[in-house]
Amino acid sequence: MLQNRVNSFSHFQLVLTLLGAFILLFIVAPLLGMIISTPFKAITATAADSQVLNSIWLSIWVAMVTSLLFAIPAIPLAYILARYNFPLKNLINGIIDLPVVIPHSVVGIALLGFIAGDGLLGKTFDAFGVKLLGTPFAIAIAMAFVSLPFLVNSARDGFQQVPERLEQAALTLGASPFQVFFTISLPLAWRSIVTGLVMMFARGMSEFGAVVVIAYHPMVASVMIYDRFTAFGLKYAQPAAILFLFVSLIVFISLRFFSQKR
Amino acid sequence: MLVVDQISKHLPTFSLSEVTFKVSQPDYFMLLGPSGSGKSLLLQIISGLVKPDSGRIFFNGNDITTTPAGKRNLGILFQDLALFPHLSVFDNIAYPLRVKKQSISIVRQTVNDLAAHFSISKLLKQNVASLSGGEKQRVALARTLASKPSILLLDEPLSAVDAQLHLDIMGMLRSINRQGTPIIHVTHNFEEAISLASKVGVLNQGQLVQVGEPVEVFQNPRSEFVAKFTGAKNFFRVKELNATRNGLVYAVLPSDKKIAFYADTILPKGFVCFPEDSVVLSTQVENQSALNVFRGKVIDIFAQRFGYEVIIDCGFRISALVTKESLEKLNILAGTEIFAAVKASAVKYIPEM
Repeated sequence: MLQNRVNSFSHFQLVLTLLGAFILLFIVAPLLGMIISTPFKAITATAADSQVLNSIWLSIWVAMVTSLLFAIPAIPLAYILARYNFPLKNLINGIIDLPVVIPHSVVGIALLGFIAGDGLLGKTFDAFGVKLLGTPFAIAIAMAFVSLPFLVNSARDGFQQVPERLEQAALTLGASPFQVFFTISLPLAWRSIVTGLVMMFARGMSEFGAVVVIAYHPMVASVMIYDRFTAFGLKYAQPAAILFLFVSLIVFISLRFFSQKR
Repeated sequence: MLVVDQISKHLPTFSLSEVTFKVSQPDYFMLLGPSGSGKSLLLQIISGLVKPDSGRIFFNGNDITTTPAGKRNLGILFQDLALFPHLSVFDNIAYPLRVKKQSISIVRQTVNDLAAHFSISKLLKQNVASLSGGEKQRVALARTLASKPSILLLDEPLSAVDAQLHLDIMGMLRSINRQGTPIIHVTHNFEEAISLASKVGVLNQGQLVQVGEPVEVFQNPRSEFVAKFTGAKNFFRVKELNATRNGLVYAVLPSDKKIAFYADTILPKGFVCFPEDSVVLSTQVENQSALNVFRGKVIDIFAQRFGYEVIIDCGFRISALVTKESLEKLNILAGTEIFAAVKASAVKYIPEM
């Protein structure tokens, strides 16, 4: 097909391809370099280390539970933003995107004040004798804060693509607004919602900045790798990093595969 | 009975003002108007999807102006059909039954009955995206009827259907109406209105300018929109039809006069019409190529924007549009005996469904 095009256009395509290749190489090269420079033995030894396995597992399950629990209020919010017009809607859309632009250490500091013993949420839980700091709950709060925009934005785009006419038709056929939401809007926006959930999960699982401030322990994978790096150096951190990279990729690819198949 | 009482709605670019009409049990009410006249908006207000600014809607004596759409029990068929793309044909038709929590056996029974009635039984497992236009139309109609609506609201239901299916679907709508469901049908198409309507309402620029029986409305148009319709005033119900072998048809008008024309589809009932400017007036019968020549007496003459409208009583009333020159040349006055000739090819036949 390339040959059939006008000559100048193929030059144009060559430039595009080279620039694109540079970006791809930029992403892949450091990861590949790390994998190549690490002895296979070191990776297998790390894979048997229960501290590593526990931290990776903690990252996965907390990110997953966080995504699913926060989806319950986040999806209706996305629907409101897609369907209704109201004053300050742009402001609300801006607020949703805030976590993407705030430095994550700042997020961690802000959340720490919120859930520490003298913070609003911390005080409430303290009254029941429950400590939040240093628990998976604290990790979940940090993960949710930084990853919610991915779910809300994706779900909102999904709902926007559902023709309002279909919802109107369902209403006239006797469905209640709740029934319309669950039988028409939600199934038709499902693909975007699942994509958003996968992105939220992936972003939450890989979060470091906010989590390290709010919960150094129990250690999630990203904190564990950082901990190994500062305590023992690069060589010692690399096998754990590679292991986490593989696990993340496997989980991420299989979730994407599943969501696109639907 | 549905009563629409002084409904108004003001939108930035458009307004409906004080629309009032009634639709009772056997009515096939045709809401006729050019595009942008507010027909679809009015239908959405009746169905409860859009709130009116003022006015009330009553159904069987109950005020339903603020009743949510889902509780009005009015079935609406949208112009774009609005079939649910993620559901099969079966699930689409079953939708109104399932949201009302009907038992599985009732759902299955109702869907199968409707599918049989609309000849779509073989399509039940298919995805709606794979259907043809006519099939989609039937599925949408079956789905609307599955909710057993007290009134059926149709938004331009025939606009996206090819000519072949036109008659088919018109027949279906007519039979639904005959089985007792009143219909409000929105259209910009006069022939649809004439074919189906028992009552016509003409909507123009957000106002209901005329309501009445089709013959009455078309013979006495009160809006330019209706008046512009070809042959609007020369519009007659046919008593009897006799087709000849060469495609020529003789229709007997209520006055027992016969009029000849050409037509492909002949149904036992229908209307004929011909444009006012196709009527040729003369004081003698000689040299007329027209098959239809009626002898009558001029009963009235009105000045029009271009020329004059002459009303002739030939046992039935014919309107003819003539120039000032012809009027003077033939010396036409009220009471003049005259011949009105209408070419068979100028006569249009519209079957009644």
